[in-house]
Amino acid sequence: MEYMLETENLTKIFDDGVVAVQDISLQVRRDEFLTLLGPSGGGKTTALRLLAGFETPTRGRIQIGDHIVADDSHFIPPEKRRVGMVFQDYALFPHVDVAGNIAFGLQGSKKDQAKRVEGLLSLVGLSPFAQRMPYELSGGQQQRVALARALAPNPDILLLDEPFSNLDTHLREQVRTDVRRILLETDTTAIFVTHDQQEALSLSDEIAIMFDGKLIQVATPHVLYNRPANTQVARFVGDANFLQAEAHGMTADSLLGEVKLFHPKTGRVDLMIRPEALAVNFEGHGKTATVLWREFYGHYQRLGLALADGTELIARAGVDRFFKREDNVSVSLALPALAYDAVSHEVLS
Amino acid sequence: MHLSDVIPTRFRINGHHQHVLTRWHVGNRQLAQAVSLAVVAVVMIPIVYLVNGAVNAGGEGVDYLFRARTLRIVGNSISLMAAATFAATLIAVPFAWLTSRSDLPWRRAWLVLGLAAMVIPSYLTAVTYTEAFGPKGLLQSLLEPLGVDRLPGIKGFAGATLTLTVVTFPYIVLPVRAALLHCDRSLEEAGQSLGLNRWGVFWQIILPQLRPALSTGMLMTALYCLSDFGAVAVMRFNAFTRAIFIQTESYRMDKASVLALLLVGMTVILLLLHSRMQLRGRHYRVGTGASRQLEAAPLGKWKIPALVFCGAVIFVGVVVPLLVLFKWLAGHTLTNPIQVPLTLLIQNTVGVSAVAALVVTLAAFPLALLATRRATGFNRWLVNIAYAGNVLPGIVIALALVMFATQNLLSIYQTLPLLIIGYAIRYLPFSIGATESAFAQINPRFEEAARSLGLSSWATLARITVPLSRGGILAGLALVFLNVMKELPTTLILRPIGFRTFATRIWSAYDEAFLSSVALPGLALILVSAFALAIILRREGTVS
Repeated sequence: MEYMLETENLTKIFDDGVVAVQDISLQVRRDEFLTLLGPSGGGKTTALRLLAGFETPTRGRIQIGDHIVADDSHFIPPEKRRVGMVFQDYALFPHVDVAGNIAFGLQGSKKDQAKRVEGLLSLVGLSPFAQRMPYELSGGQQQRVALARALAPNPDILLLDEPFSNLDTHLREQVRTDVRRILLETDTTAIFVTHDQQEALSLSDEIAIMFDGKLIQVATPHVLYNRPANTQVARFVGDANFLQAEAHGMTADSLLGEVKLFHPKTGRVDLMIRPEALAVNFEGHGKTATVLWREFYGHYQRLGLALADGTELIARAGVDRFFKREDNVSVSLALPALAYDAVSHEVLS
Repeated sequence: MHLSDVIPTRFRINGHHQHVLTRWHVGNRQLAQAVSLAVVAVVMIPIVYLVNGAVNAGGEGVDYLFRARTLRIVGNSISLMAAATFAATLIAVPFAWLTSRSDLPWRRAWLVLGLAAMVIPSYLTAVTYTEAFGPKGLLQSLLEPLGVDRLPGIKGFAGATLTLTVVTFPYIVLPVRAALLHCDRSLEEAGQSLGLNRWGVFWQIILPQLRPALSTGMLMTALYCLSDFGAVAVMRFNAFTRAIFIQTESYRMDKASVLALLLVGMTVILLLLHSRMQLRGRHYRVGTGASRQLEAAPLGKWKIPALVFCGAVIFVGVVVPLLVLFKWLAGHTLTNPIQVPLTLLIQNTVGVSAVAALVVTLAAFPLALLATRRATGFNRWLVNIAYAGNVLPGIVIALALVMFATQNLLSIYQTLPLLIIGYAIRYLPFSIGATESAFAQINPRFEEAARSLGLSSWATLARITVPLSRGGILAGLALVFLNVMKELPTTLILRPIGFRTFATRIWSAYDEAFLSSVALPGLALILVSAFALAIILRREGTVS
């Protein structure tokens, strides 16, 4: 068994004609942490619900481990899929206490169940809260109970639907780290849905990016950030500058002068330049630019620059020098740029 | 859950539920669909036979429709409905405000006493009023020192209006009070900061927010007035229900059907008008954050008039009927020719009400599940038809079922099953409404979570859906029980010969003018009803 999860041409068209998920083919290796990333309404949650068995696919195949759980002729109901789910609003059963919630999906003797619950409570650090009711817990605690409950029956795959979106910023990073640790400790294969690119980049082994129900690119966070499949992805996963240029093999002529390219190209292209690829100095051999605005973030500063012809760029600079509005600076490209065909926006490698 | 969800405020047209058309996760969908279809088929019976009866009347029926007598009945019903609804609103709005937003002393006690008017059925209130406000009655004895020695009597329009006003005003108090408690205090503060005084705040900020609750309450009152039989029968006021009863009693089914269809048409028009009004505007809190705590408005020098007002409402609505009943009770043992053992009455009334409540609740369950978990166009139609009881007054259902049984199923005529079917059709909307709102409050993710934790769809139903909706379903059950127990016209017409309940006993005692025999079944009925209402109210968090 090479993959823990495999989908082939997975498609969901709702009764009202909305195509929520279109021809998704995806593989997830054992113990991998894969993130479905995309804007809200992009079909990520529907994809997750198809995997869990809460929706029936219009067509396509889903295989979990060795078992086909959905295709043209089979549909395995959710309770037989060995798939755990952590819901966005946690969905803790309000009429059952914490221990009861965690034990809900467990079978076997009361003694075994109690032991398993105890183990999970200590894993998520909530041992003293076993007898509390869900409404007596904070958001972060509820989140951890939901995780323990989903992990209790030892699922083959854990699905997490925007699990951090209901937590405040301060708590979110802590819970994120905790969840990552718990998933590593339990060797869990997990699929995680988010629209927050920071969250996706920092947590995932692999990111699958979805727009309008379609899978655009599956890559490691590093590759996704540095070599996005198209300009839309480039914009979605971070700040990106785009400059028109004329390519001649490994170099191109642009407003920033002659720049190096990542891939050989010829003809008209759009260059994608991340803010940190721009070197900004008070003096230098680069092009002259004016500082339009500056945002200070402690460990770096984000700068808005205007070139002589008015083209605006976003740059990132260290905190060894301080720029202020209307400073005149010199800008040059410190790293090779990624070039997209100016017409189709597709990268040629 | 609020009582306003349980009483049939929800004349549903359509609802917005998230992920309604997803996979079915609780119980068996085919079974739910099949049971729902069967229930709706039963609900269709009275409609079909009513139309059939009216069609049979043919040209004679059309003639009858335009006779002066018929038109007078229409006029009587409309004027009674308008007068009682208007009067009930005038009483209910200040009563609701005083008991929820002012510093009136004993607010909770006033409220509970006011709602107690709901447990006294209209015919019982009416019977006691004929005594209290009639010649040589309670009122006259109070007025005698002032030199009044003759009262005109209260029968007819005045008596029916007074009775219905008193009986229905709680139906406006409840939704209006709930709305007042949910008013957004910061809107009122915004109004004050823009220069409105207290009256300005009430008229321009509070009242607009009350509009949906008020119109729902007034609709319920108007429907009650149109469909009520007890008050008009006792007061001998010739409105629809009394006329239909008289025609049915003398087996003039064609004429009865024409009248009944006309009455149903009027209730349908009322409902349509209401739903158009509701669509015009939406009123809810925009924005997040908890509502501010509401503080009680000081009454100041208005405290005494407010107390007098509440006292007068309670006196007329609750104290007078009880006084009369106790007075009769005192004289009861002396003259009582038709003795029916009280235990038998209790057994019959409670038994038939309990069975009817159970049947209705079970019938409503699959329909409510379809409405909240799979609201396809077809299922919406099914549920809307199941709500037909809202536009079919008890007397109309009874008439239609008599035609059904005598024409096609004589073996069921004057049997308990037919009586139960009649109750079920009438009160199915109560139970569907309560169950539906209980289901709608369950996060569908709970059911999905249970499935993903390995529970089958039946286990999910048993361990998630039913436990989480139990309170709402029980409140609906208690409400149906309460209403069946008080029900008069269906019981009178469909009961097996010799089968007596509190309601029929009160009716025959009145009919045969042995008024003192009303006392015992009347008080017993009030007692049992109060118990059922207490169960419902305990579910309603707002009475605190």
